Amino acid sequence: MRGGNMRPRAEAALLTPALGAAVKRATDSLRTRKDEATESLGNWEAWRERGREIRAHTIANLDAYLARFAESVQRRGGNVHFALDAGEAREIAARIVGEAGGRLVVKSKSMVTEEIRLNDRLEEDGVRVVETDLGEYILQLAHEKPSHIIAPAIHKTKEEIRQLLSHSAGRELPSDVRALLAHARETLRQLFLSADVGITGANFAIASTGTVVLFTNEGNADLSAAMPRVQIVVMGMERILPSFEDLEVFARLLPMSGTGQDVITYMTCLTGPRREGEEDGPREFHVIVLDGGRSNALGDPDFQEALHCIRCGACLNVCPVYREIGGHAYGSVYPGPIGAVLTPILDPRPDFSDLPWASSLCGACAEACPVKIPLPDMLVRLRERNVERGFTGSLERAAMRGFGRMFSGEGPYLKGLAKARSLQRLVARGGKIDAKIGPLSGWTGSRTAPAVAPRSFHDLWPDLRESLGKTVEEKSEDDG
Amino acid sequence: MRCALFVTCLVDSLFPEVGVSTARLLHHLGAEIDFPEEQICCGQPAYTAGFAAEARKVAKSLIRALEGYPYVVSPSGSCTAMIHHGTRDLFRDDPVWSERARDLASRSYELSQFIVGVLGVRDVGARFPARVAYHPACHGKRILGLGDEPVELLKNVRGLDLRDLPDARDCCGFGGMFSLKMGHLSSAMVQTKVRHIRETEAQVLVSTDMGCLMNIGGRIRREGGGIRVMHLAQLLDEGLRDRPVPVEPRT
Repeated sequence: MRGGNMRPRAEAALLTPALGAAVKRATDSLRTRKDEATESLGNWEAWRERGREIRAHTIANLDAYLARFAESVQRRGGNVHFALDAGEAREIAARIVGEAGGRLVVKSKSMVTEEIRLNDRLEEDGVRVVETDLGEYILQLAHEKPSHIIAPAIHKTKEEIRQLLSHSAGRELPSDVRALLAHARETLRQLFLSADVGITGANFAIASTGTVVLFTNEGNADLSAAMPRVQIVVMGMERILPSFEDLEVFARLLPMSGTGQDVITYMTCLTGPRREGEEDGPREFHVIVLDGGRSNALGDPDFQEALHCIRCGACLNVCPVYREIGGHAYGSVYPGPIGAVLTPILDPRPDFSDLPWASSLCGACAEACPVKIPLPDMLVRLRERNVERGFTGSLERAAMRGFGRMFSGEGPYLKGLAKARSLQRLVARGGKIDAKIGPLSGWTGSRTAPAVAPRSFHDLWPDLRESLGKTVEEKSEDDG
Repeated sequence: MRCALFVTCLVDSLFPEVGVSTARLLHHLGAEIDFPEEQICCGQPAYTAGFAAEARKVAKSLIRALEGYPYVVSPSGSCTAMIHHGTRDLFRDDPVWSERARDLASRSYELSQFIVGVLGVRDVGARFPARVAYHPACHGKRILGLGDEPVELLKNVRGLDLRDLPDARDCCGFGGMFSLKMGHLSSAMVQTKVRHIRETEAQVLVSTDMGCLMNIGGRIRREGGGIRVMHLAQLLDEGLRDRPVPVEPRT
């Protein structure tokens, strides 16, 4: 995670029109498919409410469900490792790979391994790590990070992808999608067959059975889990669902919200290592459960609901900010509205304190969320936290104190308006302001601003009241 | 029907003509309106910027000013949404003020919501022969729960040709302090919005909030104009006077 100041990154992203165009095109298609799918399913609001209830109940009882999940995994011969932070999780994974003598690791798509920067750590030990989700595979060739939770290479154009794959193939590939896919498939098949360790994330983890559930459209999670000798699952501690009955609800909510699919192409359920008499599956099955700052939100009424997220990406697809700049400008592993909320919760240092400003608070995210997380309220709460912690600039603090004084009493307000009128004489032309000065330039750089009116509504009201009164009298005279 | 007009600070200080149209429209529809002069602002600019203490101070002064009126009507879905949601959030730990906030919310309506829902009027009797695009402002739609009321009113205006606005649901990029703090981003968003508005070939862009209209209108003007930007109240009020609709040329 880079952190720091988001604004220059957003500005840089805006200077690349192809980026915004690619992201808008892809998110348009995702959100339109979602709308169509949820409409044809029917009762979408009832599905959302059921999803919210299940997530709220699970997270409110997370300690008990996590303990049950761990017991269930161990009962089926698997190992559970709890990691307090990213560093611990990385070391546990590196140790397991090392002890297994792993030289080649295949990975299916996982945001949490991005969060703990697992690939870098394994590569330090000389291990080759290959991403097998097509989008992630492309990004690995490009040495880039995902810019979307479910569509990691959403910012890439087809031509960029063709060039990356051609470079890796050592020959010019045609721009035909089938040809590009065929090349990726051939390359990846060989790697699946020779990998020692498979690493996956977890979309859901079922407490009652210890099952890890993965949703993919490429079947790469099945291969990552079934072929290598050792399997490692890395999951955030909030991925839990109590039972398969609950999974039934999310088997609808997740693909519908993410890509507008009725059901996912491959739903992979992994329960423990290979058993006696089975012909495939790993000999060792490890689950690493990451806290990584998630317990900061547990028990906090303002932020606990952030743990309800099922990582569908629907809030990104409808976010007008995300649609303009894509995911990298956020500077965090998780982009978009959920990233702007989650990142400063997981990492409360000032580094990510401007992320809650990556939103106009339009509310599209909350409307799209399949488990009804009140993301705009949380963004406001995070901005409040910035003020409380002194992360806000002195100019802004002074302006807001002034606002509080001027806008809470008629006297100071009317006096303030008079002062503004006299000041704006320097910059206003014909009731409009185009001058790019001070903090106003953020606005006037691309838009004309209105000037304070010569007479406010307060000033106009006495005459207006009189003229409206007259029309009442005229009317009653007409009636009479 | 006695109602207090809450014009909002934006209308009061920058766009008083919208307040005048709102008053005239409500008066025409038979409402008995008053303008409690102690009113200023709902406190939203401070609330959404995270300055809760300042926001509470401003919100309290508005709650006091609007006390006792059976109806409060405002030409803003955003400020009405603030009264319904944000103000109550600000006083969630204060039993006295949270009750006063709840009471104000129970009496507060956005203009079109009041006309259609309370007055039961769908056709105000206006005539406005022009191609019009409607921007459904986010806070009215998503926080307040404003539905098709503005569209209903527009559809019943004689001569009005209501155009479909592509990606109408996307925010125009205003967002209060966001438009200053994240100026470039906000500006990219409003450019996207204006591009879609121009695609409709509308002569007039109408909405229910001056925040959005100040943003969209400011961008249209910077691009050389060509589209009139009007609050719904202005369009209906002008339509009642049945004068030829002026068309704005693009320079």
